[in-house]
Amino acid sequence: MASGVKPRVKVPKTAEAGEAITIKTLISHKMESGQRKDDDGNLIPRSIINRFTAEFNGENVIDVLLEPAISTNPYFQFEAIVPESGEFTFKWYDDDGDIYEAKKKVSVA
Amino acid sequence: MTTHTRQFNRRSILSLGGCALAMTAVVGTPALASLTDDAIAALTGGAGAVEGGISITAPEIAENGNTVPVEINAPGAVAITLFADGNPTPSVATFKFGALSASRTASTRIRLSTTQNVVAVAEMADGSFQMAKANVKVTIGGCGG
Repeated sequence: MASGVKPRVKVPKTAEAGEAITIKTLISHKMESGQRKDDDGNLIPRSIINRFTAEFNGENVIDVLLEPAISTNPYFQFEAIVPESGEFTFKWYDDDGDIYEAKKKVSVA
Repeated sequence: MTTHTRQFNRRSILSLGGCALAMTAVVGTPALASLTDDAIAALTGGAGAVEGGISITAPEIAENGNTVPVEINAPGAVAITLFADGNPTPSVATFKFGALSASRTASTRIRLSTTQNVVAVAEMADGSFQMAKANVKVTIGGCGG
């Protein structure tokens, strides 16, 4: 599932120092659970994103372990503190070893 | 033309929906709940979790079990684990909060195979565990399926 994976992240462009900002992330991924069968009755092998992390200037914000019970196109919403201007790095880890990455800059006034 | 017939079919199925809803209500919690209890015991090291302190927000009735929005709020937690006690495998996700996390809240969307409880277990900063439960009635597949 290396093709057609598109991360989308919503982060405010500016923030006050120490303010809590809301971050929304979505990545297009079919999250094949490994429970479904194809038309011939064969089990479709599991293929999911198993981990999601968010960092700001190298400091961890949230680290999520995903199981097959997470819906198609995994969505997360959470809150982060931005002490200074910098950059968020979001990473999604695929079962097949791929890592999808997205970065967003935030400037503190 | 095809859309027309489909709409009609859907209507007739919907009118039957009432019965299915009543049935799911009677069946209540699935018998697989013990799997979740085992998983919680493994997580807490047998100590168990007390209810209260944390909250879990999920819809009372989910029309589509494929995407059920769930929000967890656990002030003072370092990690939260989500379970769905009626799924083939109860584990759903584990959230670990880092130094720059502003609040111990997170929202996501999960899959629920049937009507069941969604359970959140939070590991607090002092090493104790708290839990919260939300019952979600899942209607898809109940009648038309």
